[in-house]
Amino acid sequence: MNLPFDVRFERRSEDNPWWLPVATALGSVVVAFVISGIILKLTGGQPLVVGKFFWQATFGSWPTFSDTIVKATPLILVGLACAVAFKMKLWNIGAEGQFYMGAFFASLVVLVPIVPMDSPKVVILGSMMIMGMIGGALWGFFPGFLKAKFNVNEIITTLMLNYVAILWNNFWIFDKWSDAGFQMTPMFDKKAWLPRLADYAHQYKAFSGITLHLGVLIGFVAAIVVWWIFQRSRWGYEIKLIGDNPEAARYAGLNITRNIVLVMMFSGALAGLAGMSEVSGVVHRLQERISPGYGFTGIIVAWLAKLNPFAVIVVSILFGALIVAGREIQPSGLAQLLQGIILFMVISSDVLLRYKIRIVRVKPLTA
Amino acid sequence: MDDTPYAAEMKDIVIRFPGVLANDHVNLTVKQGEIHALLGENGAGKSTLMNVLSGLYRPTEGTIKIYGDPVHFSSPKDAIAKGIGMVHQHFMLVPTLTVTENILLGLHQPRFFMNMKKLNQQIGELQEQYGLRVDPEAMIWQLSVGEQQRVEILKTLFRGAKILILDEPTAVLAPQEIDDLMGTMRALIAQGKSIIFISHKLQEVEVVADRITVLRKGKVTAEGIDITGLDRRKLAQLMVGRDVVFSIEKTVHEPGEVVLAVHDLRAENNKGVPALRGISFEVRGGEVLGIAGVSGNGQSELAECITGLRPAQGSILIHGQELINASPAKAIAANVSHIPEDRTRVGSAPNLSITDNTIMKCYTEEPIGNGLTINRTNARAYARQLKQAYDILAPSVKTLACKLSGGNLQKMILAREISANPQLIVAVQPTRGLDVGAIEAIQHLLLVQRDAGAAILLISEELEELLSLSDRIAVIYEGQIMGTVDPETVDVYAIGQMMTGARMEDIQESTETHHESAI
Repeated sequence: MNLPFDVRFERRSEDNPWWLPVATALGSVVVAFVISGIILKLTGGQPLVVGKFFWQATFGSWPTFSDTIVKATPLILVGLACAVAFKMKLWNIGAEGQFYMGAFFASLVVLVPIVPMDSPKVVILGSMMIMGMIGGALWGFFPGFLKAKFNVNEIITTLMLNYVAILWNNFWIFDKWSDAGFQMTPMFDKKAWLPRLADYAHQYKAFSGITLHLGVLIGFVAAIVVWWIFQRSRWGYEIKLIGDNPEAARYAGLNITRNIVLVMMFSGALAGLAGMSEVSGVVHRLQERISPGYGFTGIIVAWLAKLNPFAVIVVSILFGALIVAGREIQPSGLAQLLQGIILFMVISSDVLLRYKIRIVRVKPLTA
Repeated sequence: MDDTPYAAEMKDIVIRFPGVLANDHVNLTVKQGEIHALLGENGAGKSTLMNVLSGLYRPTEGTIKIYGDPVHFSSPKDAIAKGIGMVHQHFMLVPTLTVTENILLGLHQPRFFMNMKKLNQQIGELQEQYGLRVDPEAMIWQLSVGEQQRVEILKTLFRGAKILILDEPTAVLAPQEIDDLMGTMRALIAQGKSIIFISHKLQEVEVVADRITVLRKGKVTAEGIDITGLDRRKLAQLMVGRDVVFSIEKTVHEPGEVVLAVHDLRAENNKGVPALRGISFEVRGGEVLGIAGVSGNGQSELAECITGLRPAQGSILIHGQELINASPAKAIAANVSHIPEDRTRVGSAPNLSITDNTIMKCYTEEPIGNGLTINRTNARAYARQLKQAYDILAPSVKTLACKLSGGNLQKMILAREISANPQLIVAVQPTRGLDVGAIEAIQHLLLVQRDAGAAILLISEELEELLSLSDRIAVIYEGQIMGTVDPETVDVYAIGQMMTGARMEDIQESTETHHESAI
């Protein structure tokens, strides 16, 4: 086939301007929406109506926007957890399990109880946060240690430990702490609840029914901390160096095994914090299925955000919206369709960052 | 004249890469049923020429005839169809599949159903025929390197190869396996196959080859000469060349105190085979000790032992401090700089910026490192300063290392290593693959360090480079030092002979007897 033009991919040799990754990411989301719209149209739907409904269900009003942020909160923390591990090319697929262990350890504060329930709220919430991080870090430590010491593939161990964590939780809520036979523990004391905007409804009328809780601030602070580690700290530099070229890192005298364990623990701690925020901020008890797969969505979030902690926040809000919309829109698979298409678009847009695409005129062959 | 056409005839082959003439009017003729050795140093153009014959590259100029028919290969598939099979130095096998499965990989036969029993039997017959014994049902990962190589050869034979190209097949083998391979090669030619045997080990070539073609810097220096009655000295000369140009001015220098003392160093390579067998030498401050040798004789391992990257037995003293089995961090702390052999795989982090690459070894120290943090402003300033001082051409210090050219990347690595004020620099192939300008810049930088009092261990396969930079040259062969010579007075052919396994004492004796007989 002879076309009058030729599409050429040229490797970009100069530095990319800072806005290019942002532009391609936004562009790919827009393209994903357009493609979804076309699919909807072809299957007999009304894309504009659905789009309008989607907007109303997710960002359209304060209560729905608050719902979106509430769903985004665990995604931010879990997405950061994955971003930290992925930066070092440690494929932590176990954020789900670390989330559950974080929730479990945080719940111990109330259920054992570790601190007396008449302590100030700050003490109780503080201990829950610390315990949540310890639980997640523990669940990151095992695969990290095995990887560092015996080079055991962390993808397998983290994946398997997810099920261990879920079943471990089930054992306690089915058997030990079951609330009247239901698969959940009794409701926590109000002192163990993260403050919500709705709690201040008696002062500010507008807050009534708004479920947004303090967890989102924990997420923001965590994002800033992760950004600082990546950009300003020695440890972050070591993570980047090991992630990009472990051979060079070894040659530069870095301790790789220690960093594998530390990064896995830090990643686990962030996921554990997400579990704590969920039990303390949303469900207020330990129960079955506290996560609809946040740990796995976090992998996608981190990837789409190109491991940038602030982009993790933006992507999490988008995905939080998709979760909320999936609840509201029928068929609910529509939101997942959109999720999938976004993922494809963002991944394929990578080519624009590495290559310039040029369309050049080809002189017709004179016969 | 013999009328039977050559099995393969390559005429006036020219291959031009950007800035390099890899093959300059190269001729190669291979007779039916012979083992034709292709000799030359690294970078002489052997692999390029073979990639032309196996259809990977298309020559800029020149013609190829296979059994007398002119051919134009546009892909390896065409070459295979014409009966050319290449066994690469790095095997292309799938470790988790069986031998038979690997041999069938990529073929259109069988179409759908795999009658494993029948196929195993077919491959068994092929093995019988050429004495290439290996269990067809074994997984590749269970096989030794020698056996894997047999699978590669079987693969080409199964595809109907009549002309086999073996790219440095002995480099990865143990001595016993080398003997087996030679047996196989003889069995193959006995049954009418032709073999092109790429090597740079003279003694192997002498044992097995019928004729030799020697390449040097992309040109043929000996075309298809007969192996019988060949003068080894002559061959060494053809291979290493004699046009040594002292392009670099070297000041006369009195070496200082001993910086590096290596005693009876022994180590294994990655395959667990002894690579260093008792090496001892000293390097003084202000002195360049060159290590000459054909690649794969323990040079890489030597550099890795000294820089803390490889465990070893023996003793490595740096200013009297024992550094055997020390960590890379300890070696860095002892002011040992390392210019690694592989700039992209070891020497740099490709997706990090120039800044991040230049602070690799000093990010913990003031003013760049400050407790837990890294001062990015100081780091960038430091990188900018190095970029300017060492003339690293790049848009900015934010540029990723993978976007630098080879020469600029090497300058960046040198800048980092030299700016640490090293007592000892271990430089491995510092100029390999660079253009002339970059080579001169880098050689100059090394000599400046020597004059400033650093001890330099220069490991290189470029004899010219060693002769022009070194104050002394030690020749390494199979993990042992064959002798140490003075580059000012040495006979280049003596180095060539030591590189291929002769001890200095033996050479001196033989030249003495030669003189006597002349009288």
